[in-house]
Amino acid sequence: MGEIRNHTLNFGPQHPAAHGVLRLVLEMDGEVIERADPHIGLLHRGTEKLIETRSWAQSVPYMDRLDYVSMMCNEHAYCLAVEKLLGVEVPERARYIRTMMDEVTRLLNHLLWVGCHGLDVGAMTMTLYTFREREDLMDVYEAVSGARMHAAYYRPGGVCRDLPDRMPQYEVSPWKNAAQVKRFNENRQGSLLDFLEDFTERFPKHHAEYHTLLTDNRIWKQRLVNIGVVSPERAKQLGFTGAMLRGSGVEWDLRKKQPYAAYDKVEFDIPVGAAGDCYDRYLVRMEEMLQSNRIIRQCIDWLRVHPGPVMSDNHKVTPPPKAEMKSNMESLIHHFKLFSEGIHVPEGEAYAAIEHPKGEFGIYAISDGANKPYRVKIRAPGFAHLAAMDEMARGHMLADVVTIIGSQDIVFGEIDR
Amino acid sequence: MSAKLQELKQRLESRLSGRIQSLTLALGEISLEVAAADYESVMRDLLAAPELDFAQLIDLCGVDYSTYKEDWTGRRFAVVAHLLSLARNWRLRVRTFAENDDFPLLPSVTPLWASANWYEREAFDLFGIVFEGHEDLRRLLTDYGFVGHPLRKDFPLSGHVEMRYDEKEGRVVYQPVTIEPRENTPRVRREPGYGETHG
Repeated sequence: MGEIRNHTLNFGPQHPAAHGVLRLVLEMDGEVIERADPHIGLLHRGTEKLIETRSWAQSVPYMDRLDYVSMMCNEHAYCLAVEKLLGVEVPERARYIRTMMDEVTRLLNHLLWVGCHGLDVGAMTMTLYTFREREDLMDVYEAVSGARMHAAYYRPGGVCRDLPDRMPQYEVSPWKNAAQVKRFNENRQGSLLDFLEDFTERFPKHHAEYHTLLTDNRIWKQRLVNIGVVSPERAKQLGFTGAMLRGSGVEWDLRKKQPYAAYDKVEFDIPVGAAGDCYDRYLVRMEEMLQSNRIIRQCIDWLRVHPGPVMSDNHKVTPPPKAEMKSNMESLIHHFKLFSEGIHVPEGEAYAAIEHPKGEFGIYAISDGANKPYRVKIRAPGFAHLAAMDEMARGHMLADVVTIIGSQDIVFGEIDR
Repeated sequence: MSAKLQELKQRLESRLSGRIQSLTLALGEISLEVAAADYESVMRDLLAAPELDFAQLIDLCGVDYSTYKEDWTGRRFAVVAHLLSLARNWRLRVRTFAENDDFPLLPSVTPLWASANWYEREAFDLFGIVFEGHEDLRRLLTDYGFVGHPLRKDFPLSGHVEMRYDEKEGRVVYQPVTIEPRENTPRVRREPGYGETHG
């Protein structure tokens, strides 16, 4: 046996398993972690400061860039906070669309998470499987908003437009011949809802494939079981929310406990872990995907038979329809005031939280009655989770740090803001 | 929902009597304001009292009120904490103003909730609020060696220094910012009822 020395190890910020720009300073005793000190802020863009200088509606796209794998959920929390301050009612159809798109987003997030978590821990194949499904959901994003990622689809007062009747089609190109294009376009002949319905039919089968690849895999279990165990008491103390809290056996989901949008009208179950280790958190998130699929299905059924407005008709908040603007003086004034000056939000403060794929994502907004926010604080779930890194990693081996980062579902856009 | 909030309000009033500066119920949320001297004991009670049971500190942030409505006369820096009780399913906002505007100082709540650690570091970093009793009050989000507290209202949006690679020196250097500050939409506050009457 050689001499064992203590090391201080710099993990990241360019390490592929650091999920972006995490710099971890690890104090090691041999290969055992004695202290983990995450240095964050390498992706700090001053979002909260920028929001103070933009009008209320202009800040929606900043939300996409926080947690850039669950874009619409971020927008949702922001819109809820603004709507709460304004006292604006959102039409029911918009609430269902938001519920459906939130669950699409949850699938997007969890698919990326299980793929990358697999990749970090050594299961290369996972990303190849999950990105196949992600691609379809990205197309859903593109169909509703025109953008694959930074959608800016939710607006204070509703969503920016109704669901499209037609899906974007693949076209013949030097890389895709007519026969391939025909096959790709087969399930895109109907509306967005038809495409999504087809997806929800297929998804449980794909989901079973992920289970086959990972759940009973010996290496996967060796890497995850009993790693990063957090007791329910510590989870509460550390401010855990979402799957991190449920993995420790605490039954808490804002969609059930403090329902928003249309979550009180759809049926779904909340999976809860028992051991509080990385494997339980994996199982919780896997089951959440199936529940999301179930919610999407119920929303599709409702949306098919309930047409209606998707934006509030309070034109102090939402822009009037273009056609009306051409003929109606008042609409023209509203339009001009909205796009030059913006919404005036009454003085007050509000905290709106949603069950984001990663946990509780909250927006605390203070208004002094101006057309710009006085202060907006973004409560990012990952921030509290990463703060617990030291406690979770202590006493584990170096390789387990990667598992714990993966299990926390870290995305730096929201942590650094 | 509001019956539940009324109940919480009553419980707060009886448990914290004498230490409440103001207790408001607005937009379905309860905000509690306490003096800096009572902050620690109030927070301790909110966590420990079984009838309140705020097991989670969901969020803690600084606020700089210096330009609020352009005529702010109160203290400048406040710390706002959002608490959540999982058992009772209610939330509470606690606001405390720091006594000294030049050296804002408040007791740390890290002994009560472990999650306060990074939130207080962030408030220190962005607002310069010092938390007495915090064991590791370092900057968190800004660069190593950063000067100033960027979320203070007197800190310019584009900052004071910018960074570039210097060919001659062969390293990254800091220099005063060269971009002009630009305001696309001016900040406007209207009197209440503006635009509601039709001439």
